[in-house]
Amino acid sequence: QKDKDKLINGYRCHGHSLALGMSPRACFAELFGKSTGCSKGKGGSMHFFDASVGNCGGHGIVGGHLPLGLGLAFAQAYQKTGGVTFCLFGDGAINQGTHNEALNMASLMKAPVIWIVENNGVAMGTQVARHSADKDLAERGSGYNMPHRNIDGNDVDTVIAEMTEAANRARAGEGPSYLVANTYRFRGHSMSDAMAYRSKEEAEAAKLRDPITLYSARLKQKGIVSDEQIETMLEEVAAQVSEATAQAEADPNPPLDDRFNDVLAEQYPYQPE
Amino acid sequence: MVEEMERDENVFLMGEEVAEYNGAYKVSKGMLDKFGAKRVIDTPISEAAFSGLGIGAATLGLRPIIEFMSWSFTLVCLDQLVNNAANVRYMSGGQFKVPVTFRGGNGIAHQLGATHSHRMESVYARIPGLIVVTPSTPAEAKGLLKSSIRCDDPVIFLENEKMLNDKGDVPDDNNFTLPLGVANVEREGADVTLISYGRPLQRVVRPAVEALAQDHGIDVELIDVRTLRPLDTKTLLNSIAKTHRCVIVDEDWGYCGMGSGILYRIQEPAFDDLDAPIKYVHSDEIPVPYNHYLEEAMMPSVDRIVSAVKEVCYR
Repeated sequence: QKDKDKLINGYRCHGHSLALGMSPRACFAELFGKSTGCSKGKGGSMHFFDASVGNCGGHGIVGGHLPLGLGLAFAQAYQKTGGVTFCLFGDGAINQGTHNEALNMASLMKAPVIWIVENNGVAMGTQVARHSADKDLAERGSGYNMPHRNIDGNDVDTVIAEMTEAANRARAGEGPSYLVANTYRFRGHSMSDAMAYRSKEEAEAAKLRDPITLYSARLKQKGIVSDEQIETMLEEVAAQVSEATAQAEADPNPPLDDRFNDVLAEQYPYQPE
Repeated sequence: MVEEMERDENVFLMGEEVAEYNGAYKVSKGMLDKFGAKRVIDTPISEAAFSGLGIGAATLGLRPIIEFMSWSFTLVCLDQLVNNAANVRYMSGGQFKVPVTFRGGNGIAHQLGATHSHRMESVYARIPGLIVVTPSTPAEAKGLLKSSIRCDDPVIFLENEKMLNDKGDVPDDNNFTLPLGVANVEREGADVTLISYGRPLQRVVRPAVEALAQDHGIDVELIDVRTLRPLDTKTLLNSIAKTHRCVIVDEDWGYCGMGSGILYRIQEPAFDDLDAPIKYVHSDEIPVPYNHYLEEAMMPSVDRIVSAVKEVCYR
């Protein structure tokens, strides 16, 4: 529910930001560190924020934002807003201590939070089999007295259905859920990643299950969209991206003095009225 | 805390043993009965989860008071305080405020051993985005804590277990607050500026000032820093311009210690006013020992302070 739900994620936050309705220009501008960026050029690629759409960050420290997600959900329950928090993180984050602490407290408090593991099979360059003692990551949600299961993270309809169920549960005061959305990372961890840890064949095979490919095929099969319409959409998106990139490139850097702004909310010395 | 919770629904208290146990040190005694489990909340031993919870809840408009049983334990949740509390506002381009107060016992109490005796002030006072406050009297505890809770920035509020039973005049006024970022000239004096705060000020500095006046005829100007970040350099420099001599006392380790940070801020602007180098009296650079006598020996004492003051006065 757009007006009251919140989303918080790790550093892989670009897709979620666009999905929440943030402007591509503000996102590109943030990538380029420009003053028109969604964090005024002070956050960067890993730290996209937009309070107006409920995006409570992009967070750079793996697993560091799970307690914050718990706090957002706590506040929603405390203030009885009826909202829920979607807290997303990667398979790498499940090995941080905060994962255990935040899951346990969330369930104890029945906080309205949905924990979503985006399991792309590799934490930077370390495959799940080498970083998790149990390869079934849904089991990492066991022991907390909350629903925990694997879902097909590449299937749009499945994701919508599972998120809706978990959100309804949270909204009804029944507490958190733990969903492992199994997916694939089509590109490297970062620009400098040569991906020596996996074969080209594996990556090519995975691309056949790209969520966009799968979903377009389904829509076509159901006669909802035609090839032409898909083609048009792809062209429109490509044009949007080009335009946003060009705008963001042309946008100004923040004035140098702006580096001192936004550190603190109050003026010091501070004394309440 | 009770007054602030009565004043503002958004204020709540969370921490280990704050509710049903009535506080590990009875600081929150009776608060669960008064406010109920919604606003006085026990947590598991999960410092990262409940400190981060406070930060997240603050970004949505609540005013959490997060109690740490000991500031030493924040070494396991440093990431939450340093990366999240201090940075969220900046990294979001000012979109979020983080009005959370973290409080609890800091520093050396008595025979708790090395792990429970950390003086965390220098860790937090160097972080832009945080406010660091430390009271040295009961009245300051009230006035500074109320300001901290009402302040829209994340506040690190450093108490000390050995000061919880201190008695003193405390204004009854529900609106009694003290400013953050202002040092207090607690005693005016002509001969030397003595800078300290919190527990060391209460434990050894005040007795040393008495001894200096009575036994050595040295008239100390005593400054209680109160807020370690932002530091009120102006009050410190004004005093040094008058006395021309300065000694800083804390219980931190000297190297990269809190006093070193204060020294860095004042030595250059005060240079022309000084008749002697600034002295820094701090703890010995060893882990805090358990044995009572060894522990006492590692910390600044009245004698050490008196010697340092005499030294800068060339006496």
